[in-house]
Amino acid sequence: MGGHLNINHLLFLGHGALWTIGLSLIALIGGGIAGFVIALARISPLRSVRLLSAAYVQLIQGTPLLVILFLGYFGLAAIGLKVSPLAAAGASLTLYVAAYLGEIWRGSIQSVPKPQWEAAEGLALSRTQRMMKVILPQAIRIATPPTVGFMVQIIKNTSLASVVGFVELMRSGQIVNNSLFEPFAIYAIIAVVYFAMCYPLSLFSQRLERRLGRGRADFLAPA
Amino acid sequence: MQQITSPATPIVSLRDVQKSFGPLRVLDGVSFAVERGEVLAVIGRSGSGKSTALRCIDRFEKIDCGEIIVCGHRVDLPDVDLRALRQDVGIVFQSYNLFPHLTIEQNITLAPCSVKRMSASRAKELAHKVLAQVGLEEKLHAYPEQLSGGQQQRAAIARSLAMQPKVMLFDEVTSALDPELTAEVLKVIEQLARDGMTMVMVTHEMGFAKGIADRIVFMHRGKVHETGSASILTSPKTPELVQFVGTGNLKS
Repeated sequence: MGGHLNINHLLFLGHGALWTIGLSLIALIGGGIAGFVIALARISPLRSVRLLSAAYVQLIQGTPLLVILFLGYFGLAAIGLKVSPLAAAGASLTLYVAAYLGEIWRGSIQSVPKPQWEAAEGLALSRTQRMMKVILPQAIRIATPPTVGFMVQIIKNTSLASVVGFVELMRSGQIVNNSLFEPFAIYAIIAVVYFAMCYPLSLFSQRLERRLGRGRADFLAPA
Repeated sequence: MQQITSPATPIVSLRDVQKSFGPLRVLDGVSFAVERGEVLAVIGRSGSGKSTALRCIDRFEKIDCGEIIVCGHRVDLPDVDLRALRQDVGIVFQSYNLFPHLTIEQNITLAPCSVKRMSASRAKELAHKVLAQVGLEEKLHAYPEQLSGGQQQRAAIARSLAMQPKVMLFDEVTSALDPELTAEVLKVIEQLARDGMTMVMVTHEMGFAKGIADRIVFMHRGKVHETGSASILTSPKTPELVQFVGTGNLKS
């Protein structure tokens, strides 16, 4: 027991930080794909599809991520489905991210002015062509700053996965602290590492917003 | 749906068209027809139903009852082939509605390439040709926001022309423009008329309507109130048209 913070501790924390990045990527890629489907379902011409996807979004948005994580890990285990902490955390975060990104993207798609749809319709483009060639390229511009902003939230929220025993940055900090009892130093390091991961994204998001404020999609200039 | 293209058949015909938005009856038995090569101007106060009538022709609005036939397409039937209809009909809007993320050339080539499966090189040639028609060759690679309102509207007309429509619909296309820019857009439309394009235009430009239209339809309270050659503007018969042209109600 006791001892001083040494290189092994730092390596352990570094390993945890990598898993934080890994879990974030799983959540963002899985949630991004599912979120895209949710966004399209929310504006589907079929009423049943719209209602179902809206219910999903409401359900997830009205539930704390912590509860979803507990359900995914302890809840499933209680009914006989044993899942690893990584699977439970990855799946819970994916469900969570899908609901939020789905809403951000639905809003972005719908904020493309309606006359753009009509102009595309008037040119005899099919619904898929209107979506892919006219609406989505404009919606992506609108969606990019809030999406990047939400990514920052997700990186921070992966720390909740520590409660199901998944050893990411937060959990690895707790483990190191259990042997060293230097909470201030260790959690300060953890905070700095989270900040180092999130700040560049925040900066990027701000830059995007400034750029979009000018009105031209330079970064999206078509080939 | 078979195409009826004998010269006697009108390109566009509306018969007893009715349309309500909720309790508001916007079109109350509208009938008119447009022959091949004819220019029809639809005038009337704001709220008289003229824009709605135009939008019904391209089925941006569904009608409650009546009959609309456009280039042989039964627009009033639920199973009308919308994509076929819209290849035959070009529509230009008041707010231009160019696609802001595409250059003018890409705006024009998008539909010919995706709808008509035209090769990229042929579509580019076509873009050049239609832009020359509206006097904007040099703006091929500009983005819409780099153009003035008049230029944007001319580019929008070029975009419609690239689909080689059989009839063009103009929905108050100069209402957002100042007099100078209006003039440059009207010049383009005049040239189209001389080239024999069939056109239906909703307009507030009385002078222009008088100069270019073969026939005028004056709409009032959802009905065709008075119709005839351009001379009805100088010698109107109904008191409503007298008042409309008399009050100098050119813009509203």
